[in-house]
This record gives sequence, C-alpha cells and structure tokens, in this order.
Amino acid sequence: MSDNKTNIIEISELNKWYGDFHALKNINLDIKEGEIIVVCGPSGSGKSTLIRCVNFLEKFQEGSILVSGTELTDDAQKIRKIRSEVSMVFQHFNLFPHLTIVDNLTLAPIWVHNETKQEAREKALKLLDRVGIKDQAEKYPNQLSGGQQQRVAIARSLCTNPKIMLFDEPTSALDPEMISEVLDVMIELAREGITMICVTHEMGFARKVANRIIFMDDGQIVEENDPENFFNNAESERLQLFLNQILTH
Amino acid sequence: MPVFDQQETRKPPISQIGAVLWLKTNLFSSWINSILTFASLYLLYIMIPPLLNWMIFDASFSFGTINFFGFEIKFSEEMATNDNCGRVGACWPYIYEKLYMYTYGFYPRTETWRPNTVFALTGLLFVIVPLIKNYKYKNRVTLSLIILYPLISYVLIAGGFGLLTPVDTDQWGGLLLTLIIASVGIIVSFPIGVLLALGRQSNLKVIKLFSTLFIEFIRAVPLITILFMASFVLPLFLESGNYFDKLLRALIGIALFQAAYFAEVVRGGLQAIPRGQYEAADAIGLSYFQKNVLIILPQALKISIPNIVGSSISLFKDTTLVLIIGLFDMLAMVNLTSNDPYWLGRETEGFVFVTMVMWAILYTMSRYSRKLELRFNTENKN
Repeated sequence: MSDNKTNIIEISELNKWYGDFHALKNINLDIKEGEIIVVCGPSGSGKSTLIRCVNFLEKFQEGSILVSGTELTDDAQKIRKIRSEVSMVFQHFNLFPHLTIVDNLTLAPIWVHNETKQEAREKALKLLDRVGIKDQAEKYPNQLSGGQQQRVAIARSLCTNPKIMLFDEPTSALDPEMISEVLDVMIELAREGITMICVTHEMGFARKVANRIIFMDDGQIVEENDPENFFNNAESERLQLFLNQILTH
Repeated sequence: MPVFDQQETRKPPISQIGAVLWLKTNLFSSWINSILTFASLYLLYIMIPPLLNWMIFDASFSFGTINFFGFEIKFSEEMATNDNCGRVGACWPYIYEKLYMYTYGFYPRTETWRPNTVFALTGLLFVIVPLIKNYKYKNRVTLSLIILYPLISYVLIAGGFGLLTPVDTDQWGGLLLTLIIASVGIIVSFPIGVLLALGRQSNLKVIKLFSTLFIEFIRAVPLITILFMASFVLPLFLESGNYFDKLLRALIGIALFQAAYFAEVVRGGLQAIPRGQYEAADAIGLSYFQKNVLIILPQALKISIPNIVGSSISLFKDTTLVLIIGLFDMLAMVNLTSNDPYWLGRETEGFVFVTMVMWAILYTMSRYSRKLELRFNTENKN
C-alpha cells in the first residue's frame, strides 16, 4: 500500500453508548483513499455500529470523525453533504418497495444531486447492466430474488458516484447460492479503487481483496493487519479463537 | 417389473367442489353452525316478508305523472295525498313531494342547476381519477383538479363574485349540505392529520408534545361538544362584529375533530414502516421533507387506506349531528318535512329513505376504497 495517499476517513477517540451500554470504546482508525477495509468480529462487538457512525446513522457521544476533511456534527447541512459522498449497502437491502427498480436508483440523483430525469435514468440503466439485472429495471423489488435485490441495492448506492462505500453484512441475509453473485460485484468494485469498508464474515472475500482486516471485540479494535498476517500470525488469543471457529468448517 | 400406467385426469369428487362444498364449509361445518344457520334463516323469514310488504306490496306509488328528463311517466291519475295514501304500507309520494327538500334544503328553486352541476362534476371526478394513472401529465392534472374542483364548486354553490346570485349558507340543506360537510371535513382534515401524525413521531420535543396533546384532547371529547363549542361558545369570545358564518364554524370544528382521528390512523401506518426504510432514505442523503414525502408517506398511507376510509365513513355518519346546532342536513329534513300539516306522521318513510341513500353512498365509498387498495398494491404484485 502506498503511504503517499491522503486519509479519507479519520476516526479518533470515538466512544459511543446505547443508554448505559458502552458500545464503542476509544476507537482510532485512519483509512486512506482507495483502501479496502474488512471489519469482522463476533456479534455484538460493535462493528456495525462503527460503520453506521461514519455516515451518522448512529450518533456518538465522544470523539471525532472526519470524512474527506469534513467533521461530523449535528449540523444537518454537513450530514447531508457527507451522506452524498458516502453510500451504504444494508444487510436487509432496504430497497423502497413502492418504487420500481429504476426509480429506486434514480431517486437520490434526481432529488439530492439535481440531475435531470433523463441523465439519472441513463446512468441507472448502465449501472443495472453492470450488476447484471438490466432486464428487471421496470419490476418492483419484491419480484426479485434476494441476491438480485442486493445487487440493485449496490447499484443504488453507486448511483451518486460515492467516494466511500459502507457494506453492513451485505451477504448475511442471503441464501447460500446467492452469496457469490453479490460478492462478485463487490470484488469488481474493490478493483476499481473506490474506498470500501465492509462488515462481513466472508473470509474468502477478505483474503482476496482487503488491504487491511480489522478484528473487533467488545467495542474495541483488538487487532488490525494485512490479510496475510491476519490469518497466519494472529497475535491475540481472542482472534485465534475466532479464526478457529469460523475457518474450521 | 411394474409397467407405467397413464392415469386419466379426473374431476374431483362432488363433495369437494361447487355448491355442496360451499354449503358444507360455510353453513354446516359443525352442529353449532348448523343451528345458527337455521336460526338465521328463521329470523330472515319473520323479518323480510313484512318489510317487503311495507316497502313494496302494500306501499303507494301514486306519484301522478312524473316528468323524467322530458319523458312523461304516468303512475296514476293524480298524486296521492296523506289521507288516501293508506297507513298499512309506505307512502312514497310523500318522499317524492319532499325530494327537493331532502336534496337541496331551502336552496332557491330557480338556482337548482348550480348544485346539480357540482353533483355532476363530483361524479365525473370519480370517473376521471382512475383514468389518469398512466397519463403523461398526471401530476399537473391531479394538482389542477385539487385546486380547481373545490374552487368551482364553492363559486357555484355560494354564488357571489358578481357572477351568480349569492345564496346564504342558511339556505343550504339536505343531501347537499351533508355532502358539503362530509367532503370538506374529510379533505381539510386529512393534511392536518398527516402533519399531526408526523409531529407525534417527531424528534423535536415541542412539536411532539403539541401534537400529542391536541390529538389526545380532541379524541377524549365527543363531536357534539366540539360542535356546541364552535357554534355557541366561540361567538361569546369574539367581538360581535367578527361573528362569522355558522356553517364555517361547524366545518372548522369537524375538521379539527377528524384531523385527530386521521392522525392516529396515519400513525398506525407510519409505525408499520420498517426502520430500514428510514435508514436507507437517510443514507442516500434525502432531507426530512423528501424522506417523508417520497419514501415514508406513500407506503404508510397505502397501508392506512382501509382505516382512512373507515374513519371517513364514521365522519360521514357523524355529520348528522349538525342538526343539533341548527343546520338542516338530510336527516334533519325527516323531522322538518314531517311537520308539514299536509303530511303528518310520515317520519318512518323519511327515515327509511335517508337510510337507503346513506347506505348507497357509504357502500360505494367502501367499494371504492377496496379498488384503491388493489391499485396501489405494488408490494405483492407478481
């Protein structure tokens, strides 16, 4: 990895509580432009919470997050600016069921980025073609399979030309035979140089494309390393145990 | 080695199809149901024949000669009077005689074409709306309909503006008034209700508190009380010069009342929308207003259609309460017309007639809502 690239995300001293529960403890993390980060860890370890803080879907109480130089605060204007540069793919797709596939894609370009309907539609169809479901453009989300819906969701988040993409367990809600079609799209994206943070348990994917893998437990970053060392030279006992559990099958 | 034998396609056994199956599953599925079925049949047997006798077989249809759009239809030599109409069956000539009162109240007889035009426009609206679904300029057409229709209707019915003879609201009555109160009440209260529902879900404490207090206050008070307040108490607080129209005051009361009910219905719909929809809308950068108008409300309102229509039907029936504050809607006309010394003692006919008209309107409304539901149901379209 080249060190001359600038940091696109800077997280420092981040702390978050849900009521009394200390969900994120003193997180420090810098991410460079074009970096592919995979975040893993047992459930409840705070990995989803962490990436949801990056586009301010979750409020945090202490610390700071800078996204391409803009600091996240309560200011609605700033939040919208950041959200137009950071897009997110959810575990349960969260497509809008009352809109057709192509309308799902053109919504943000038209209403947030002031593109014309014509432009937005052309771009949307191009993206749908890229994820391999152009022929479903006029259907409604519930008429598609889970894998297809998640690919639509990825296309939707690409529609606004984001600099950063957040993936929140994008394959966890899918039937096993549909996981690879979604991962293929993600791998292709990773090779195009977009900055990605993926919360996922797909270790094959992590091994293949990640620049860094982060292991979280109990709201803290326990270990971070490049894939090679992450899988072969795990330092902490906690990570060794975790790797044993998910890799032995 | 057994040989494959091509089976004939057969019809299902007779007990599994058609009328036999229907009877068995719906009316005689257990011995309790069988008893209930026979009991209901007996009840219908003792109720239906007398009703039919009263309404049709013993009733008087001596309308005289009726001019129906230029066609002369002769029912009898001359119209029945109260005395020769008989008391065994219904006296429908009485309804015919008072039909004008039931429809327009005291509206000037020379100006009937004005409310008639509004009735026709309303009918036309129900025909046009389903047609604009896929029309290119549907947004513009819908918007202009929303603005133009109430405006034209108001100008036609109220008159004034130097165009038409003004007709005072005191002269509005009957079905015309019922429809005006119900439709204005529903149409005005709906946006207020949606705002209140959003307000109650808001993160802003003051707005949330205000919405909750308003909704809970109105819902804890009967409509009659609100009508009384609007009609008799409110003028006490106003200077005598600011004494505004009685109908307008009633309408404001009804609209606020209905808004609270709509708010709760819409809130139910809002709560059925998964959190993920809000998060996805936030994540793609929509503003609060865009999120609600483009994503949340279309889904929430669609779920709420049956309850919105149910609530509207309740309101339609509740409009009959305006009789208490001296507005003469269709139901009030029953009492009013039966005080006519020439037609004493004909309330029953009046009540039956009003019931039938109300039923026809409300049943149509309920069918129409079912159609809307099916039309907007994109979620489960396959």
